[in-house]
Amino acid sequence: MDLDLTPEQEDFRAEARAWLAAHVPEVPPRSLETREGFAEHRAWERTLAADRWSAVTWPEEYGGRGRSLLEWLLFEEEYHAAGAPARVSQNGVCLLAPALFAHGTEEQRARLLPPMASGATVWAQAWSEPEAGSDLASLRSVAVRERGGWLLRGQKTWSSRAAFADRAFGLFRSHADPGRPPHHGLTYAMFPLDAPGVTVRPLGRLDGRPAFAEIFLDDVFVPDADVLGEPGRGWRVAMSTAGDERGLTLRSPGRFLAAARRLVALWRATADPDDTALCDRVADVAVRARAYQLYGYGVAARLEAGGTLGSEPSMSKLFWSELDLALHGTALDLLGPYGELAGTAADAPEGGRWADGYTFALAGPLYAGTNEIQRDIVAERVLGLPRGMR
Amino acid sequence: MRFLPDAEQNAFAHSLDRMLAAAGTPGAVRAWARGEHGPGLALWRRLAEAGVLGLAVPEAYGGVGPLPVELAVAYERLGRHAVPGPVVETAAVAALLSHLAAAGEPGPAEEWLPGVCAGGTRVTLTLPAGGPYALDADVCDGVFVVREGMTGEEGDGAAGVPGDGASGAASGTGRTHLGGAPGDGARTEGTHAGVRPGDGTRMDRTRAGAAPVRERAPLAAPPVRLFLAGGHGPVQSSVDPARRLARPVLGEEVPLPESAVRAAAAHAAGWAAFACAAQALGVGSALLERTVAYVRTRTQFGSPVGAFQAVKHRLADTRTALEFARPLVHGAAVALAAGAPGAAAEVAAAKATACDVAYAAARTALQLHGAIGYTAEYDLSLWIGKARALRSAWGSPADFRALALHLFFE
Repeated sequence: MDLDLTPEQEDFRAEARAWLAAHVPEVPPRSLETREGFAEHRAWERTLAADRWSAVTWPEEYGGRGRSLLEWLLFEEEYHAAGAPARVSQNGVCLLAPALFAHGTEEQRARLLPPMASGATVWAQAWSEPEAGSDLASLRSVAVRERGGWLLRGQKTWSSRAAFADRAFGLFRSHADPGRPPHHGLTYAMFPLDAPGVTVRPLGRLDGRPAFAEIFLDDVFVPDADVLGEPGRGWRVAMSTAGDERGLTLRSPGRFLAAARRLVALWRATADPDDTALCDRVADVAVRARAYQLYGYGVAARLEAGGTLGSEPSMSKLFWSELDLALHGTALDLLGPYGELAGTAADAPEGGRWADGYTFALAGPLYAGTNEIQRDIVAERVLGLPRGMR
Repeated sequence: MRFLPDAEQNAFAHSLDRMLAAAGTPGAVRAWARGEHGPGLALWRRLAEAGVLGLAVPEAYGGVGPLPVELAVAYERLGRHAVPGPVVETAAVAALLSHLAAAGEPGPAEEWLPGVCAGGTRVTLTLPAGGPYALDADVCDGVFVVREGMTGEEGDGAAGVPGDGASGAASGTGRTHLGGAPGDGARTEGTHAGVRPGDGTRMDRTRAGAAPVRERAPLAAPPVRLFLAGGHGPVQSSVDPARRLARPVLGEEVPLPESAVRAAAAHAAGWAAFACAAQALGVGSALLERTVAYVRTRTQFGSPVGAFQAVKHRLADTRTALEFARPLVHGAAVALAAGAPGAAAEVAAAKATACDVAYAAARTALQLHGAIGYTAEYDLSLWIGKARALRSAWGSPADFRALALHLFFE
């Protein structure tokens, strides 16, 4: 057991660090939850992609570097330590791309991945519906067979950044399978958000920013080429990458390490040294960030050795979502009267990073499967407890 | 990087599991708690044969170590089976004496450690970083006592039991400090954040942006000295009945240079915390496993209680907490193996977390078992008490978290 990097990994890390030092904008882009900020973040994706940093684990032919999970973890540590912008392309790069690699056709990969890597196409998710949240399989939006493709009809909601994104992917009921469990008969479809029949209505999130949207679909045509995997078997496609959404790849340890470092610096700069209760809270989140980093190294080693994760990503999701809240909540407490200021306020400390981070963290236990759903998964699939009422 | 136990380490763990499961360990624990050491000592000999007692001892003194990764793996198993005896203290004494040997004082290591590895010689200790009690002094051949102070008297004469009117009131504080007993007046100027166990330095922090400054100990810092106990006081019951605590009665001083003793004591405190963290991880795992097994079979309202979300979610949280505590223990092992300068902070992170997790697991285990878990004769009690005891052993979670903050000091 060791934590040593090979010379090649050291080089990779150093190369990433040097590139980031030379390219991370001095003035951070505006919030990606706004139209202007979204455009600025899209431009940053272009910069990343130009030197093949936007998807380091992808094969080179699609714009990646063919790097391992461990190297991705190192890249993420450097990325967040450098204070680089949030990734507007994350839904595509981290969630759709793994499904394309696992279930897509060669034609789909060649057509969809390069513009995803460059930020030319930014993807949104279209899973939840007004009546289908945690119970996603009860979704009602339909895909009706049409010559050469499908017509999508229904309503999707809580779609992050759909207000400004280009395309979306989601599940639709395509086959009536009476008597079978509800996750049968679903089809995984990809569609443009500006297609005829699509209406996108932005929703203000807790801080009022138009972060997500509802999507109304009124006979939106999707060609067969934009169905991922076998029609009617979409649940399997979606769930095969659910672990990516919940686990390490959605919220990398590097993100929390960088935030923990900033928190410790804030504590040293501002806190009453006699306030041992506050010290304990700061130390607690710092230790949790370190635990997540080491856990990530362990996962990388296990996968490298041929292991699989199964339902373990549900534990990651529980861990990082609660860590994120504790981290930002502690920071706001450290800021005292300034902790109340919204991220947009002129006086907001550190350009509003803590305030915005807190607002974002509040959503963590909700998205990608609520933490209650994750606990059910851990209890049933990791611990082997019997299924019961949700 | 391969941050994963290798096949040999896993096989070692499994063989210990098999051996301890077949050895009637709960019976040995209960006998040990009554002061009947026979079955526990038989277990102890088997641990020696398996090489567990030599994991912290260098080859020159009959051991196979120091092998902190193997120790982490093995001690997790000892905790999982609630093995009685001074297991943590054995590792700490090995660290203390081998550190002294490396500093040019091999005498005590040569005298004691070969017997420790073979299982025939049992040792325990107290350190300034821990409390006044030596674990299982009544069954040990060597009780090492590291004391801060001119006279070698505990707390330099200021010792007392918290809440005991005389000494507690006199010291004016109920706070626990690393390196001093509660109510130990000599150390009241320290803060939780500021005191590093055993290294005699102090952290001073000032307001308004100044970085904490690590200062040399003031000139008046009491010397650190090593003694062998000549006996011990009455055995005090612990919340873990298998932990038999007694105050050592000072015997002869082991005449060694003060600086060597000070450094060795700090080193030993780190190993004690580390071994304790690994043990706590095993305690937490056992509590979880036993509770999962129980709620699968216990039926109420016509359903196994493990099908209820209120039950499931607590167990999912326990499983998750253990999942993220183990990498810290393994990370501490790697840091100790490398002699990394940040090892003390890594160990502290592991100790705080593993002991917190084990304690939370004990609370969950008791709640989900219901009244049966509240009975002494039910074996769950062996782990419930141990989780509570280990949490405060060698320093509190808050003490160790404060020390772990050093991981993030640039």
